[in-house]
Amino acid sequence: MGKLARKVALVGAGTSKFGQTFPLRRIPEHWTDAWLNAVATVDNGIEPKDIEACYVGNYSADLFNHQGHLGPMISSLVGLNPKPAPRFEGACASSGIAMRQALITIASGLMDVICVCGIEVMTEVPTVGVTDALATASDVSFEYTAGATFPGLYAAIASAHMHKYGTTWEDFMRVAIKNHINGKENPFAQMQRSIKDLMERKIAKIKGAGGEVPDWKDEFDYLRSPSNPPIAWPLYLFDCSLVTDGGACLFLASEDVARKFTDTPIWITGTGQGSAAIAMHDRTTLTALEATVEASRQAYKMSGRGPKDMQIAEVHDCFTIAEICAMEDLGFYEKGKAVEAIKNKDTYRDGVKPINTSGGLKSKGHPVGATGAAQAVEIFKQMRGIAERDRQVKFDVEIAMTHNLGGSGGTCVVQIYEK
Amino acid sequence: MSENENEITINNYLKYLSEGKLMGSKCKTCGQIDVPARKLCSKCIKPETDWIEMSGKGKIAAFTSINVGTPYFVKKGYDRKKPYVFSIIKLDEGPMVSAQLVGVDESHPETIKVEMPVKVKFLKVEIEGLPEKVDLGFEPA
Ligand SMILES: [Zn+2]
Repeated sequence: MGKLARKVALVGAGTSKFGQTFPLRRIPEHWTDAWLNAVATVDNGIEPKDIEACYVGNYSADLFNHQGHLGPMISSLVGLNPKPAPRFEGACASSGIAMRQALITIASGLMDVICVCGIEVMTEVPTVGVTDALATASDVSFEYTAGATFPGLYAAIASAHMHKYGTTWEDFMRVAIKNHINGKENPFAQMQRSIKDLMERKIAKIKGAGGEVPDWKDEFDYLRSPSNPPIAWPLYLFDCSLVTDGGACLFLASEDVARKFTDTPIWITGTGQGSAAIAMHDRTTLTALEATVEASRQAYKMSGRGPKDMQIAEVHDCFTIAEICAMEDLGFYEKGKAVEAIKNKDTYRDGVKPINTSGGLKSKGHPVGATGAAQAVEIFKQMRGIAERDRQVKFDVEIAMTHNLGGSGGTCVVQIYEK
Repeated sequence: MSENENEITINNYLKYLSEGKLMGSKCKTCGQIDVPARKLCSKCIKPETDWIEMSGKGKIAAFTSINVGTPYFVKKGYDRKKPYVFSIIKLDEGPMVSAQLVGVDESHPETIKVEMPVKVKFLKVEIEGLPEKVDLGFEPA
């Protein structure tokens, strides 16, 4: 397994405002918003004529929007026809894969500049349709017939992790509390409120209605209340990422042309993709995600970096337990030790290893096919020092990582970024 | 119908299930057991596997009590007030399988424990408008 044949940089990146927007904002609006926001970050400007292909990551417009064949639809909206516009699918890792393939294409010398699109508009179908569409990313023959839902599969991982390492409900909630604190500072996030804000809002609402004011001492008391109902025990509502509409856009350029666009390119120095059995019962372990271990091993090897070098990371927290597993499977912490770092607030914005400064999938939202590219957008902003509001970390980020999972961990894509 | 009625296929695996048999495959080369049965051994990827019936005994490897279920389980009559348990069972023979866990207190999942011994239970499913079928289930041993 080799190296990239030449260096590739991220020279621009942006997302649309995430939220539940159908029918007001659909695929074209989310994509063109993301495009315009990404164009605005390219220092010397970028135009369609500079771009040689459009790589589209989308999980299932087929099921969510009854729309297939997304590639040329996306490229025609931003004047990229007749250039190639392939679509990549790997469940929630779709745009992580699209980005990785753009990187490989450019490194090969075939093209110099590629635009990556990540897109998903999920709220066109009712919740039951969303649950069903997401469940098709599991093994439909044997997991689905046994009743597995998307939260249910991660809940099963959580039950095994709790049993083996003594992980608790409070540990899960600490992940959610931290990610909401970050999402509050992200103007593109779906939920720009901390859990404390949500608790106070609820108290005010009860007071306003003349009801008995609950004696919640802190967020944990609030999260023990019916405001946080079980979805798939041991996971509750606040363990779960959101159902989201959103788009993301990235511009990747070869080392030969990158400086035409900017004096401060962000180099993508490592990439890896791993696979595991789509059915969890066919895997060798239920407390770790093997695809994460493999994807990160490849990316570390390619970049010559290790887990300790990663100053910040966007990890795939589709559920709180997924962030805990990622912290361990990426090698940041030993198995069973991530919860200590969480308790210690090491992964807060002002901690020693900030994770999910964007708010993560939990608070920023999880438009599944857009998530991988959107993670790269946050890393781009943090490394450039342009993260909005109070979200910018207080040190200069030289090395960072994105970790993007598909389904219950059948696919994983990891990318490493350096200045 | 397949030319070889005994061929290892998903359809034949499900047919055995409907007859109350949990069938795996055993590799003639390396001895690996796979459930559901596979034509290609999962370990050495050779196509020399034979049917083998499982004892139906095992332990819970992971589980969840699901309040917001799939449309299929909603049709089976489950909802927020009546959750069901999805489980991954490690069979005594080695492989793991996904199945509904019954005979437990779904509303108090903290009473269910990983590593609890279980035994197979074939669940007859009758949903209006759909053909009668059998789903794989387990219950406390
Ligand atoms: Zn074999």
